[in-house]
This record gives sequence, C-alpha cells and structure tokens, in this order.
Amino acid sequence: MLELKGLEKKYGRNYTAVKKMDLTIREGEFFSILGPSGCGKTTLLRMIGGFETPSQGQIIYDGKRIDPLPANQRQFNMVFQRYALFPHLSVWENLAFGLKMKKVPEIDLRTRVNEALLMVKMESFAHRGIATLSGGQQQRIALARALVNRPRVLLLDEPLSALDLKLRQQMQVELLSIQRRLKHTFIFVTHDQEEALTLSDRIAVMNGGNVEQVGTPQEIYEYPKTPFVAQFIGQVNTIEGEVKEARPDTILVSGAARRVLMVKPSRDGQRPLPVALPGTPVKILVRPEKLKVLKSAPGPEQNAIEGTLREVLYQGAVTQLFVMPRDGSAPLIVSQPNTAVTARRSFNLGDKVFVAWLPEDCLLMGREAALPVAENSVSIAPPLLTVVGPPPESSGAALA
Amino acid sequence: MESMEKIRPRSPLIAKLMTAIAFLMLYVPLFALVIYSFLGPSAGPGSPQAWTLEWYRRILVNGEVLDAFNMSIYVGIWSTLVSTLLGTAAALAIERFRFPGRQLFDMITHVPLIMPEIVLGLALLIWFVVLRITLGPFSMILAHTTFSVSYVIITVKSRLQGFDDSLEEAAHDLGASPWQTFWKVTLPLIWPGVLSGALMAFTLSFDDFLITFFTAGVGSDTLPLKIYSMIKFGVSPEINALSTLMLGATLILVVFFFRPSKGAPTHA
Repeated sequence: MLELKGLEKKYGRNYTAVKKMDLTIREGEFFSILGPSGCGKTTLLRMIGGFETPSQGQIIYDGKRIDPLPANQRQFNMVFQRYALFPHLSVWENLAFGLKMKKVPEIDLRTRVNEALLMVKMESFAHRGIATLSGGQQQRIALARALVNRPRVLLLDEPLSALDLKLRQQMQVELLSIQRRLKHTFIFVTHDQEEALTLSDRIAVMNGGNVEQVGTPQEIYEYPKTPFVAQFIGQVNTIEGEVKEARPDTILVSGAARRVLMVKPSRDGQRPLPVALPGTPVKILVRPEKLKVLKSAPGPEQNAIEGTLREVLYQGAVTQLFVMPRDGSAPLIVSQPNTAVTARRSFNLGDKVFVAWLPEDCLLMGREAALPVAENSVSIAPPLLTVVGPPPESSGAALA
Repeated sequence: MESMEKIRPRSPLIAKLMTAIAFLMLYVPLFALVIYSFLGPSAGPGSPQAWTLEWYRRILVNGEVLDAFNMSIYVGIWSTLVSTLLGTAAALAIERFRFPGRQLFDMITHVPLIMPEIVLGLALLIWFVVLRITLGPFSMILAHTTFSVSYVIITVKSRLQGFDDSLEEAAHDLGASPWQTFWKVTLPLIWPGVLSGALMAFTLSFDDFLITFFTAGVGSDTLPLKIYSMIKFGVSPEINALSTLMLGATLILVVFFFRPSKGAPTHA
C-alpha cells in the first residue's frame, strides 16, 4: 500500500504544483491520475518515483517512509513519456540495464530479459538498435525495461500519448492484461479520460494541484462530486437555474422561461440529494446519453425542455443531436445510439422537439462548487432498483 | 531517401572562379613547401635538382629536433588530458545546473577564443613569474590548458544541448547511482563531443607558437619554437621537411576530428 500524506510541491515562492495531498493507493491496483495539462499529475508521479523532492509531507510504502530515498533505491520503476530508451544500447542491453545494476546473476538475467521480451511480444527484436524501432515498438521496450525489474509499483507517465489511436487502443488492452497477470501496482498518469475510464480500478481526478475526486471509473462518471469532474470526464450539458423548492425526495429548480426542472437522487442511492435552500443559484448537469429527443411533450414524471433541432451529427456508433432551447440558452447535446432506426431518419433540421430526461439522471451542483450533502441524506434515497436491488423488506429496513 | 537530394541551382562561373582562386591561395604555398622538402641540393649552376629524402633523414637524426618533437607530444598530451577533464566537467556544470554566476561563467569560457594570443601569453608569463613557477614543460601545460579548455567546453556543450534529460532519470530509476549513470549513459552519449574536443585541444597545443614562446623555459623548445629558431639561420630544406611532417600530422588529426561526429543520437 502506498500512502501519500500531506504531500506538497512548491516551485519558488508562488507556484504550488501539488497541494497538500492525501491519497492511498492499494496493492495490485491499476490507479490512474487524470487531469488536464498543468494540473500537477506528472509532478505527483515524479515525487512518487523520486525525481522531485516534496516540499512537504510524506510518502509511505508498506509502512516505511520512502520520500527521503533517491530514485535508484526505491523498488519502483517508471515508464517515461518519451520512453527514454538508451540510444547507444541495443534492445537487449536496455532491458538488461536495470538487472545489471542490481547485480542479478547472468543466467537469471537472461531468463528474465527473455521473459520480458516475450511479454511485450518483442522477442525477435532483442539485438536491434533503438533507433530502428517504431514508436509502438519503443513503447513496448520501455514497458519491458521497467517490468523486467519486477517493480513493486510501476509508474507510467502518459506512456501511450505519442501513439496513434489504433495502436493506443491495442496497447491499452495489452497493458491491462499484463497488469492483471502480474498484479503489480500500476500508477498511470494521463490526460485522456477515456483511457483512464477503460483501464483503471480507481481514478484520482486532479485539477489545479488538488485531487477533486477519487473513485472507480463508474463512480467518477456517474456520480461526479464537483462540477469540474463532471465537465472533465465525458460530455455534460449544463442548465443554470435557481432552487425553487426543496422537498425530501425532489428538488425543484426554476430555469429561464419559467420552466421547472426536477432533480431526484439516483435510483441506486449512490448519489443523494444535496442540501439546497430555495433561492440558491445552481447548475443542473446531465450527460448527453441520458437525454432523449421526442416529438411531443413527455409525461410529468420527466424533465423536458422545448427547442429546435439545429444539427444532427452522425458519428458511427452514436448520433449527436444539438437542440437550441426556446429560451435561447446554450444548446443541449443529445447522444443517441444508432440502432435500427437512426436519428437522422426520424428528425429533420428545424423541427420543434422536446429534450427529455428522468429527474434521477441529472446532478445538482452550485455554480462554482459542489453543494453540501447532509450526513443522513443517503437514507432519503428510495431504493427503487427493484430488478437488481434489495428486496422490498430490506428497503424498508434501509429507510428505518 | 538519400537519392532524393535537393536539386540546387547551378552556380555562376564567377563563383566557381572565386572558389578556385581561394583554394589556390590556400594550398599553393603548402604545395610549394612540400615539394621543396623533397628537392635535393643542386649539383651545380644549371643542373636540375633531384628528388631526395635527405632532408627527412637529417631531421630524424637531429637530436635537437627529436627533443623538440618529444616535448611537443608531452605538453600536448598532458594539456589535452587536463583540458578535456576540466572542459567536460565545466560543460556539464553549465548545461545541467543552475548556480549563481552561471551565465558569467559561460561567457568567460569564450574569452580565450577572442583574446589576442600575445596578451594571453604575456599575461601568463607575468602570472607564472608572480607565482614563482619555473618556466618549462609544466608552465607550458598550464598555458595550453588555459586556451584548449574553451574549445572542449564548446564542443561538449553542443553535444549536451540535444541531450534528453529523461535518459539519466531512466538510468537512475533502473537502479544506477549518479556515478554509474555518468559512466553508463551520459559519457557514452557525449563521447563524440568529448573526443573531438580532445583532438582539437591536442592540435591547438601542438601548433601553438605565441603562447608557448612566452611560457617555455630554457631548453624546453617545442617543435614550432624549434622551427622558429632554425629559421633565424636561414630557411633550410630541413625546415621544409619538418614543416611537412607537422602538416601531415595535423591533417591526420583533422581527419579524425571530423569523423566521430557521427555518434549515437543523444535522444531516441
């Protein structure tokens, strides 16, 4: 287990790259640090690796403080962003470098290097020079060079960012299968939210030197805790308004043009309703795939905004529809899967349509930050998920 | 890819002519020197001069000339070693670390390149006298190091400028100590720069006259000094032969100097 306690990195007097960070990374976990460029994610990784000295705080691995140790005395290895393969050595010599430093006996060294080459499917390249390899091949060798040392923790600094899409997806799958097999702890830094969602057991979303949220990919995507997380991961529609009324199970929000929208806790109870007094300026956040475009107004149990269909973008797996609300607020993006009946066929540009969604499928946040959540508010969420959820008896118990 | 060489415009005749004249001006005197070194003494007025190796034979059995040659080599090797070590270390310091006075230090390294040699020579002479350093091989080595070190710094620095710092971090990450990192990663990658710096330092030391003239003691003549003192008694064919040998040695060094620039790239 790797623990970061109050870890901070300052450059000069004014710039703090990483602010007082507390984070626990479990053994054998694929842990991603996700954030936009300049959020401090690489600095954090470099502190864990021993390439930056923390200004404050501790790094604890297996109960021992490791932050005073230099990089060459930590049992961690790093895959660098631009691979950092030694250009004057062959593939084999690159892989053997770490083992030679640790004075691993020759016979052992040979088997381990061969194993590592096999693992990244590069066994026929052992005696090639680095300069003769393609980007994807260099990437594999960089990974093998780190893994051959059997690191307790493998640090990956945006290792896939230099590859093209196809190769990147292929490497993602391989990376994941290697991690599942070896059960090493992987700490993976990326700015690519899709990559983080695909690969990770857990993700820490960073912004401006702070961790905004730590959670599983599903938690991060479905239940973002801050407006930043909601907006950074995936697409999200934002509708501004003001709290009109707060009921125990529903918050009513009045937007422009006197329309009233409902927000309810998520059905599985993972996202309770926040505490919001009437009159509080708020934002409703809702994912494009939770929205539907309808020709006529839906029933009163759904939220609906009337508007004009402005654009239909066919994107292969999905079609994105842009609807301009009647009150002139920002267009809503709707993402519909392309099933047998495609969206293009059923709608024409300029149609009057309704964008509808369930009150359980949207999030309520303050204009700048998350709204507070009451301690006991979780129990307010009625466990409605009768299909896979607990039976009615236990739901009664949960309410009690 | 090499067959795709860019087609260049044909150069005008005047440019070709200028080039030819420039090369003539440079190399005709050298050719004359080389040819004269092989010409034997005239048997009498009107009779042709014969080709001979006599002057070379005389040079090679001339004890004073050989002593001077040994002195040149001795001073050259030591000043090269010292200036290569110091220059490489200085280049690493300038490129890698941020310390107060770094820019000033960087500028100072260029001074010996532009300073009039006679000023440097005189300054060194006065300095050695003040320090009571006996003029001789030791003072010459110090003097030669003073100017050669700048050349080493410049060549090593240019090699370091394209250096990917993460290579050293990677070595460190794989368990190498700072010292091991230097020997296994940094040095092999900057080696072409170090080598060409060293060759340049040796060539400069071997050819230098002015500074050597000021800092050489009694009986520690290097080859250039020896040639100068021989000229005082008139230009003899022996001097031509000796100069030709020096020219040859320098040419060989220059060929080596331009060759090792094809090293491993400093980044993948």
